[in-house]
Amino acid sequence: MPEAVLEARGVTAGYVPDLPILHEVSLVAHPAQITLIIGPNGAGKSTLIKAIAGLLPVSAGQITFGGADITHIRTDQLAARGIAYVPQTDNIFRSLTIRQNLDLALRRAGAGAPARLARLLEQFPALADKQRDKAGTLSGGQRQFLAIAMALATAPKLILMDEPSAGLSPKAAQEVLEHARTLTRSGVSILLVEQNVNQALRLADHCFILAEGRNQIDGPADALLNNKVVGEIYLGARRMGAA
Amino acid sequence: MIQNLIDGVLTGSYISLGAIGLTLVMHILRFANFSHAELLSLGAYAALVCDALVSALVPVFAVKLAPLSLTGALIVAIFVSMVFTGLSALVIDRLVFKRVREKGQELSMVFASFGMALIIRNVIGLVFGLSPELYSKDIAFAMILSRDPLILVKPDQIFVLVAALVLMFLLHLILSRTTFGYSLRAVAENPSLAQVNGVNLQRTIMAVWLIGGGLAAVAGIFYGLSHQLIPVMGRDLVLPIFAATIVGGIGSVYGAVLGGFIVGIAGNLALVVLPSGYTPSVPFLLIIVVLILRPHGLFGEARA
Amino acid sequence: MIGVISYLVFFATTASILAIAVLGLNLQWGNTGLFNGGVVAFFGAGAYGTLILGGTPQAGHLGGYGLFYPLALLGGMAIAGLVAWIVGLLTLRLRHDYLAIATFGVAVAFENLMRNAEWLAGGAKGVRGFERPLRDALGDGFTYNIFFFLVVLVILIATYLFLERLVASPFGRLLRAIREDEEAAQSLGKNPARVRLMAFITGSVILGLAGGLYGTFYAFVSPQDVLPTLTFQIWAMLIVGGAGNNRGAIFGAFLIWGAWTASGWALSRFAPIEAQLYTGSVQFILIGSVIVGMLMWRPHGLLPERLVVSQRGKTPSA
Repeated sequence: MPEAVLEARGVTAGYVPDLPILHEVSLVAHPAQITLIIGPNGAGKSTLIKAIAGLLPVSAGQITFGGADITHIRTDQLAARGIAYVPQTDNIFRSLTIRQNLDLALRRAGAGAPARLARLLEQFPALADKQRDKAGTLSGGQRQFLAIAMALATAPKLILMDEPSAGLSPKAAQEVLEHARTLTRSGVSILLVEQNVNQALRLADHCFILAEGRNQIDGPADALLNNKVVGEIYLGARRMGAA
Repeated sequence: MIQNLIDGVLTGSYISLGAIGLTLVMHILRFANFSHAELLSLGAYAALVCDALVSALVPVFAVKLAPLSLTGALIVAIFVSMVFTGLSALVIDRLVFKRVREKGQELSMVFASFGMALIIRNVIGLVFGLSPELYSKDIAFAMILSRDPLILVKPDQIFVLVAALVLMFLLHLILSRTTFGYSLRAVAENPSLAQVNGVNLQRTIMAVWLIGGGLAAVAGIFYGLSHQLIPVMGRDLVLPIFAATIVGGIGSVYGAVLGGFIVGIAGNLALVVLPSGYTPSVPFLLIIVVLILRPHGLFGEARA
Repeated sequence: MIGVISYLVFFATTASILAIAVLGLNLQWGNTGLFNGGVVAFFGAGAYGTLILGGTPQAGHLGGYGLFYPLALLGGMAIAGLVAWIVGLLTLRLRHDYLAIATFGVAVAFENLMRNAEWLAGGAKGVRGFERPLRDALGDGFTYNIFFFLVVLVILIATYLFLERLVASPFGRLLRAIREDEEAAQSLGKNPARVRLMAFITGSVILGLAGGLYGTFYAFVSPQDVLPTLTFQIWAMLIVGGAGNNRGAIFGAFLIWGAWTASGWALSRFAPIEAQLYTGSVQFILIGSVIVGMLMWRPHGLLPERLVVSQRGKTPSA
């Protein structure tokens, strides 16, 4: 196994100090791989990704990125270190134009910015035509692409994606997920949260399953695809009424 | 009537400048800052001191730039006061608002701002005395634009209007052409997403106070040029600048500019139908009208 | 000796009237989280309303309806409630700063209207010609003041008991629920805007009651009585006493009114004559510092709200 890009060990975190949602969750992500996090509603998937992104206080445990401790590093500094985060909703600035959104994300790129912008526009032709439009006017799929383009603008080593296919048509969802796969070919690692379990498992390399804020099982994605335990975790959670 | 309209535009120019900073603070820090108008007073008095100092030290600057009553010293004072007031806003945030904010008492910020307004206003009163002050003791003669109907404009007023428009245009360029401007707008729309995109929240908040304080200083000085300086000028200006932000829509810089002119013009036009004693109520009436017709203002967005 | 007692009665009457006002504000701010930036407008509406409705006919302005006193007082309270209803209806659906600004505006406009509209309430000269109830029987002296103090005290206690019961009732729990977590309250099928409007109007009616008693006590009200100063004083009383706690509100009223009176007396006694002009400025700086200082170091006041389970995140058991 190559060295991990991201490693979380025993992370306990939540929105309010005394009410943790995650309980000692651990996870590893490897270079140029898609690491998938799945689990029933309320499992703490988004909470985990926000905690990694520095948006929630971590009360116990440690998160390392490329070997360095990033547990208590501010969100904007994580961005500078090479961690990009694409939230599930509200992931673009609606009041800015598409070009302004991209320019904002490219702010730290310095002299390389024009070349990087050109590459992004080439990669996302749908955005290239609408540069002067307000981002709020984009369709759902185009918004996700803009959000991903903004994440890529920082030339990240790791992208955290929170349900990028949520609310999209099946076709647009497929496109977004396939795009994620192509990104890993250029060496980027992706930590992906998805509800679209079967589709995502076919795409991912490794998968962690959470329920009720705790690790359940993990393993290679293709092995989990036909694993009965996966279904049971979903069904079990549903039977217990935990949401 | 036309005279009232012209006076209204001139009044509007300094109300707009005050409202821009207020609307930014209200949008980004999410509280109605009742001490913002005191930054106008602070700026006006800081310029008074600086003007006197520069005039005494460099007599060349004490000469009036005819036909304005303005001196070179006052021009220098405007810039010094902008910096001073911006820094003061920053210090006040550090000492008071930041601490209240960090205690999680978001609603208490409004109280704290009222308390700060009382302190600043009355400290100015203690330091400078309660009687009015003027930048220039000379009587500025008005230019007659028209004899029938009689329309008078002072050269200083033209200067105020032009300078205000230039400042607004500069701000527009910053907001619409620079990544720094985008980052301000980004924080206003979605602070956590802005951080995700590498924007330093603390530094942006500092920038907002610097810009808001700087523009407030200019607004205060222009008010002083058009009227006179009194320690309680903040008390008289707070409602008009709040009205401007509500008319324009809280958070909208362009709304604040337009709202400022609307408030200024409405206040002066009201003189045609109402006795002058009622002028202080006009901004309130405007607020009520906007809340009935268009609660989120001309350019505002609904936001919880 | 009689002088001291008579002064104490005078002080206690004023402080008790202000305590009623602080209780009204506490319902709005302490229990519901509504910022009232124009306390004085509702207080003033009560005072002006009572005196105009219950006064003798005056040349030149509205009034002189000579209403039976309790009816006049209720009328004053109703006017305060009406103003609150209009302001609340326009702002309570919007984000919280709108209420702060609109109420502040109401106070400015109210004072401005009272000062200028001579036909309405005598303008700067104020409303005169009000006869205090039972004056014929009790005279104008010490006996009357004792009697009036007792009446105010009874009303203060009644208001306190009313609010304590209200806060403990399901409605009171709903208020706190909305203050803590509006969305959760909404998901329970409650309409937060409506509930807040009710609380805002009720609080303003109590402010109007205090204003009515204040006007009665002096048998006179003028624009000088409805300056923003009073709003600041009433806030300071609530913040110092402890927002959310009715006993704290009353305690704060007596404490701050005592401090205000004492500082005014000390400044006029010991400050050099040239500085007398600045007594007001010094007092404002003091009251501003009290407000800011409390928010920074003792945000829950001297008598904090007894925490109820609804304090999300502060009680782990919640």
